[in-house]
Amino acid sequence: MSLSGLFVQALNGLAAASTLFLLASGLSLIFGVTRIVNFAHGSLYMLGAYVAWSLTDRLQGVFGFWFAIFASAATIGVVGMLIELTILRRIYRAPELFQLLATFALTLVIKDATLAMWGAEDLLGPRAPGLAGAITILGRRVPQYDLALIASGPLVLIALQLLLTRTRWGVLVRAATQDREMVAALGVNQAVLFTSVFALGAALAGLGGALQLPREPAGLSMDMTAIGDAFVVVVVGGMGSIPGAFVAALLIAEVKALCIALGDWQTPLGFVVAFPKFTLVAEFAVMAIVLILRPWGLMGRPDVAIRPQATTSAQLAPPGRGYDLAYLVLGAVLLTVPLLVETRSYTLVFGIDVFVAILFAASLHFLMGPGGMHSFGHAAYFGLGAYAAALCAKALNLPMWSALLAAPVGGFIGAVVFGWFCVRLSGVYLAMLTLAFSQIVWSIVYQWDGLTGGSNGIVGVWPTSIFSSKAAYYCLTLIVCGGATFVLRRILFAPFGYAMRAARDSVTRSAAIGLDVRRIQWIAFAIAGAFAGLAGGLFAFSKGSISPETLGVGRSIDGLVMVLLGGVDTLTGPIVGASVFLFLQDQIARHVEYWRAMLGLFILALVLAFPAGIVGTIRQWTFRR
Amino acid sequence: MSLLSVEGLAKRFGGVHAVADVSFTLEAGEMLAIIGPNGAGKSTCFNMINGQLPPDAGSIRLDGHQIVGHPPNDIWRLGVGRTFQVAATFSSMTVLENIQLATLSHGRSINRFWRPMANYSEDRSRALLDQVGMADQSGRVCGDLAYGDVKRVELAIALANDPKLLLMDEPTAGMAPKERIAMMTLTQELARRRSIGVLFTEHSMDAVFGFADRLLVLARGRLIAQGTPDAVRNDPAARSAYFGSERAFEGIRT
Repeated sequence: MSLSGLFVQALNGLAAASTLFLLASGLSLIFGVTRIVNFAHGSLYMLGAYVAWSLTDRLQGVFGFWFAIFASAATIGVVGMLIELTILRRIYRAPELFQLLATFALTLVIKDATLAMWGAEDLLGPRAPGLAGAITILGRRVPQYDLALIASGPLVLIALQLLLTRTRWGVLVRAATQDREMVAALGVNQAVLFTSVFALGAALAGLGGALQLPREPAGLSMDMTAIGDAFVVVVVGGMGSIPGAFVAALLIAEVKALCIALGDWQTPLGFVVAFPKFTLVAEFAVMAIVLILRPWGLMGRPDVAIRPQATTSAQLAPPGRGYDLAYLVLGAVLLTVPLLVETRSYTLVFGIDVFVAILFAASLHFLMGPGGMHSFGHAAYFGLGAYAAALCAKALNLPMWSALLAAPVGGFIGAVVFGWFCVRLSGVYLAMLTLAFSQIVWSIVYQWDGLTGGSNGIVGVWPTSIFSSKAAYYCLTLIVCGGATFVLRRILFAPFGYAMRAARDSVTRSAAIGLDVRRIQWIAFAIAGAFAGLAGGLFAFSKGSISPETLGVGRSIDGLVMVLLGGVDTLTGPIVGASVFLFLQDQIARHVEYWRAMLGLFILALVLAFPAGIVGTIRQWTFRR
Repeated sequence: MSLLSVEGLAKRFGGVHAVADVSFTLEAGEMLAIIGPNGAGKSTCFNMINGQLPPDAGSIRLDGHQIVGHPPNDIWRLGVGRTFQVAATFSSMTVLENIQLATLSHGRSINRFWRPMANYSEDRSRALLDQVGMADQSGRVCGDLAYGDVKRVELAIALANDPKLLLMDEPTAGMAPKERIAMMTLTQELARRRSIGVLFTEHSMDAVFGFADRLLVLARGRLIAQGTPDAVRNDPAARSAYFGSERAFEGIRT
């Protein structure tokens, strides 16, 4: 590896750092003032690239090109403003989980809107006029455009710092970042401040996307990769800190570039270490080290991270014997279904899907409701379980029962490793970290062709002969999922379950009665991961094949919607929520082309109109009478 | 050997000496009050003894054992109960469940995953609630309780581990005068009967001069006077520090 090669990669890293910084600074700015973590930030970035593609297509020449880039940023700023005015404005006082979910719903809507307008093909952008060539540094050719991009990061940093320190608007933004209530008490019009901050943050994301266009084509997967990276940068840099975002973007981009520069290394022991494959792990390692040393990020402040819970939690009363009986009767009734329908009936397939979804939702509810830890990456444990089972069955040729045992073990191990980091954080930090972890798992599975089959996944995972009929497999999933959901509920009302709720209700009080809060939360994480893994194992054998999509962000969000649909503070919530969700998805997906957008609009309606969920809303109605 | 002996305790926040060179002792069965104006360092002292804040200097010994550097959950296991200035209970649970959980934690029985908690230590928990006069409200959810009742539940929680030392940060704040006397009488009785050392802060002078055996007076982080209520009442330094006037404590009943 030569010095000049290292230098070129370092420049490449600097260019990537600028894009990361544009993305993360907007996210950080928005969070600082509105306290909303904008999951749709990656979507705005993607939209920026698409808008720039359309504009640069029409506007030619140097002037036209740069006009198009800045017009794209402005357009995304206006889109951001509209989002703030129509949706976010209504949910500033809602629990933070709902805010996260609403912005997530936006990602679905924006993705389908982009698909409808620009199509599914990746769109190759133009080279920047006047900067299309390369200059020679140390005997290597460096694209001129990269140098322009490298300059853009520090320029935006300086502009933002000037804006924040030299203007009245900037003073208000900084004041609101420190104490929102105080700024309101001083008579500042918050509505205008919030809208303008959101518009500026969105414009920065749009600018990042537009500037990226000459380097990589605009594609529909940009949003999720961007948001994963942006979260890592913001967490590492410190929430709400612009200089922190800059330092973190540099650090992460350079560590990644270094991994690529090192290339394949022939070890003295004979095997080859491929450093470029470590780029994702490197990102993870940087984040892990920073979080251990400074849980609130490099330049963040600890008091910004810890936010008092606005709402006190509703009571969760232990269920009576009638509840257990009803549960058993329902199970028995469902067990007779295979006798009533044809053996290859769609009803059985649908039933299996519902049971798997119920167990997945119940394990997430366990973590989110009583555990108080909002996981936005629960699919990681589901997927680890599914891959563990599929690999046992296919690669090791083990019988189905042992593959099904491996599934919860897979989910458990993942949850133990990731949970160790997650329980050190709380609130939105925790949610972002869970999402970042699930993105990392997704990327590893996607890239590790040799083991996981990459994007093709693993095919031919079928149950053993006894369970090969749909009816038999239906009964197996019903009994396993029903039993596991019952076990989760037992744990909730055993001493450990109460300790978990205690840790959620009051951390200081928990510590003052001798509870080790982190340890309890860690165990809760591991339990939830194991049960999600079990659901994943059952899923793998029911479908016969799995792909990276099994542990994608989409599934994590499905789980969240199921839990919220049923109601977080209820026991039957996950069961009702999962059933209703699957039914709706089944109906919508069959008749509507853009079901993702439909789902997004549905979530928005849910968050804005029924924040207590189905079971919670019914309960409120019955109490009111 | 004293139950609690604190020596040279200090804590700085930036340039502010929140607590500087504070030393005192507390005997079993004794009621010791810390008084002082707002910002004198009372809560900071509490948070250091309780393990929530690491001190910058000094030693804290419980029964002769150094407890500096232990996390709050360990310190609780050594027999230190705590109530908070802003009362903290588990708001999603009933009064009885709150106490049961504390009792179970004392018995190191938290890691049980199957039998419902309702089946554990109900009698002992009800007995604790009886002691603080909350037995008839055991089925209510803590989030719905009146503030004075939450404080009593907190006391019951703090008693669940048979503490040697009780740390009570403003135990009667937000209570009506009648409730206040009842709460302090109850605390005093428990301290005497079970020979628990009680360290408490208060803004209510009735509670301080009526129930404390000894007083510590803090001002700007320093211990400026200590002794019996009578001695402190006549101490000019304490008077002027407390209200800026030597007549501060006149007319207080004892």
